Amino acid sequence: MGAPMTRIQSNSRVINWIEDRLPIFSFLNAHTGGYYAPKNFNLWYYFGSLALLVLVNQILTGIFLTMNYKPSAEEVAPGISAAFASVEYIMRDVEWGWLIRYMHSTGASLFFVVVYLHMFRGLMYGSYKKPRELVWILGMLIFLALMAEAFMGYVLPWGNMSFWGAKVIISLFGTIPWIGESLVQWIMGDYLPADATLNRFFALHVIALPLVLLLLVVLHLAALHEVGSNNPDGVEIKAKKGADGKPLDGIPFHPYYTVKDIFGTGFFLLIAAFIIFYAPTFGGWFLEHDNFIPANNLATPSHIKPVWYFTPFYAILRMVPSLFGTAIWGVLAMFGSIALLFFLPWIDAGKVKSVRYRGLGYKIALGLFAVSFIMLAAVGAGVVGELIPEWLGTSVDATAIENLFGRFWTIIYFGFFVFLWFYSRGMEKTKPVPERVTSHD
Amino acid sequence: MTKPMIVSVGKVMLMKFAMALAMGLAMLGQVQASEGGGLQSANISLDDMASLQRGAKLYFNYCSGCHSLRFLRYSRIADDLQLDRKDVEASLIFTGAKFGDPALSHMPVEDATKWFGKAPPDLSLEARSKGADWIYSYLKSFYIDPTRPLGWNNTVFENASMPNALWELQGLQTAVRKAGAKEGEGAIERLEVSTPGRQNAEAFDRTVRDITAFLEYAGEPAALKRESMGVWVLLYLAVFTLLAYFLKHEFWKDVH
Repeated sequence: MGAPMTRIQSNSRVINWIEDRLPIFSFLNAHTGGYYAPKNFNLWYYFGSLALLVLVNQILTGIFLTMNYKPSAEEVAPGISAAFASVEYIMRDVEWGWLIRYMHSTGASLFFVVVYLHMFRGLMYGSYKKPRELVWILGMLIFLALMAEAFMGYVLPWGNMSFWGAKVIISLFGTIPWIGESLVQWIMGDYLPADATLNRFFALHVIALPLVLLLLVVLHLAALHEVGSNNPDGVEIKAKKGADGKPLDGIPFHPYYTVKDIFGTGFFLLIAAFIIFYAPTFGGWFLEHDNFIPANNLATPSHIKPVWYFTPFYAILRMVPSLFGTAIWGVLAMFGSIALLFFLPWIDAGKVKSVRYRGLGYKIALGLFAVSFIMLAAVGAGVVGELIPEWLGTSVDATAIENLFGRFWTIIYFGFFVFLWFYSRGMEKTKPVPERVTSHD
Repeated sequence: MTKPMIVSVGKVMLMKFAMALAMGLAMLGQVQASEGGGLQSANISLDDMASLQRGAKLYFNYCSGCHSLRFLRYSRIADDLQLDRKDVEASLIFTGAKFGDPALSHMPVEDATKWFGKAPPDLSLEARSKGADWIYSYLKSFYIDPTRPLGWNNTVFENASMPNALWELQGLQTAVRKAGAKEGEGAIERLEVSTPGRQNAEAFDRTVRDITAFLEYAGEPAALKRESMGVWVLLYLAVFTLLAYFLKHEFWKDVH
């Protein structure tokens, strides 16, 4: 690893005995007290450690949920599956079951909140640029695994939105020419989302994807520690070292950032606890009303929509029209909207990292990109569709206006990447980047 | 250094984010409000123990013959609503069920389907899927409609299979149609009590509010504990965060 792994000196014979055989303490030290991070981290730098905190929360609460959850779509009462009943059993009969489940369900939504903010931080300060391309790509892989993990977790309670959400999302694969239909059946193991689907989603949700996630997180951190953290000025702190060989603008991660992150954790937990104890469904946004109805393949919910964190991508899917007799364009656009982010280190050719010293065009484009993400989320969640008749009256063609609005922001979303390609290749007028970081706590 | 300007870029970004977030939240609030369109506010409170207790009694007298609360046990009701086991056995259990059993209706599904066209749904999670305001408004919105198989209709849930279980209390309501409007959907201006029941409008509102409160409780019995515990958790975290802030401040004194 990039952080020099110096052998720690200990007076304890036990520690020295272990160190001679497995230098685990030296390893831990190299990645905490021996890891030098820029001293100018701001508010945006809390979200990485918070994402790790939520991941641990999801795994711990998940273990206890698994002890009482039953991944079975078999009916235990008229219209009620064993899975649905076991979730209510957790909510009512398991000691502290309600708290564990709310920590897990709130954690899922907050995971996406912190990950989206963490990713936006990367965009603002150019953390995806050389030499951190692999940090970014591993992060994007974490994001993909997280989306799969969240989608499958959402299916497990086997409520009506679980069922219909699974049906809609899995049928996306049906748009693939030739193999689509058989692929859909292969994924579900049935002609509809059914017991077989629930069983395999459970296996993937509790074993396969968590393992993938943990591995990716380790690699994400290993790659980060190799190249070192970026910072709000986009200055490489390794370029200016003191006589002791330590970066002049760097401070040991431990204790400085560990104590700072403990403060951030406290603040975050205050918000999380408020939601868990006083608004666990968050007005139907974290736990949807229709998912308190058992899965029923004969009763379609009035609005099928994914949970809020998927809505921007769902909106892109909906906004791209079918052409040449196939709906695959929307599916391609939706996956493309995520795939493009993987290539960001090469789409953006600009040498200046931080938005502070980039051209005005980048600042505006990034702002619009963030707004497009939120506007698309509103479209995907059906908020825009409901507000149009309210704001413009019932005489207007709400669907047409929603499409116009959604397509406009879809173009802005993709336009960001196109603009960035050309803008960063010659048009951009950047400001001089300072040699040292400019300010800190 | 051009320090003030540098700081302002980060601040502007943060402000943009906060503004977009605020806009999103405002939209969210509006949709919440619009979803309640046409519904009356139930105005219930889980802190009102007397209301929950009355609601339980009303529920088991007027609703439990047809509807189950599959996920709620009598013993849990006793614990949560501060009722004696004897009281519960005497005034809530009419089915011969044991104290620790869930509150199931004894109506056979097949018969129920024959009688009503659709078996009465389990109400354990009714408040969670439809909301308290919906239940409150629905229970108040039955009216006489001779065109329906059982003679009842409902303005909140059109062509509901359910008859008005509370008609003895509320009386019979008839629909007053808009002047000039024909018989049919959407033409009802308001409902009017044409044959008074045992309760006046005010007393009946309270009856329905109590049942709604009980169903809200039944949807999430843990809510009682959750809300009383939350304060302490938040207080603890506030103190923790404050101490963590001072700790951070102390450590960071050395950073120049």
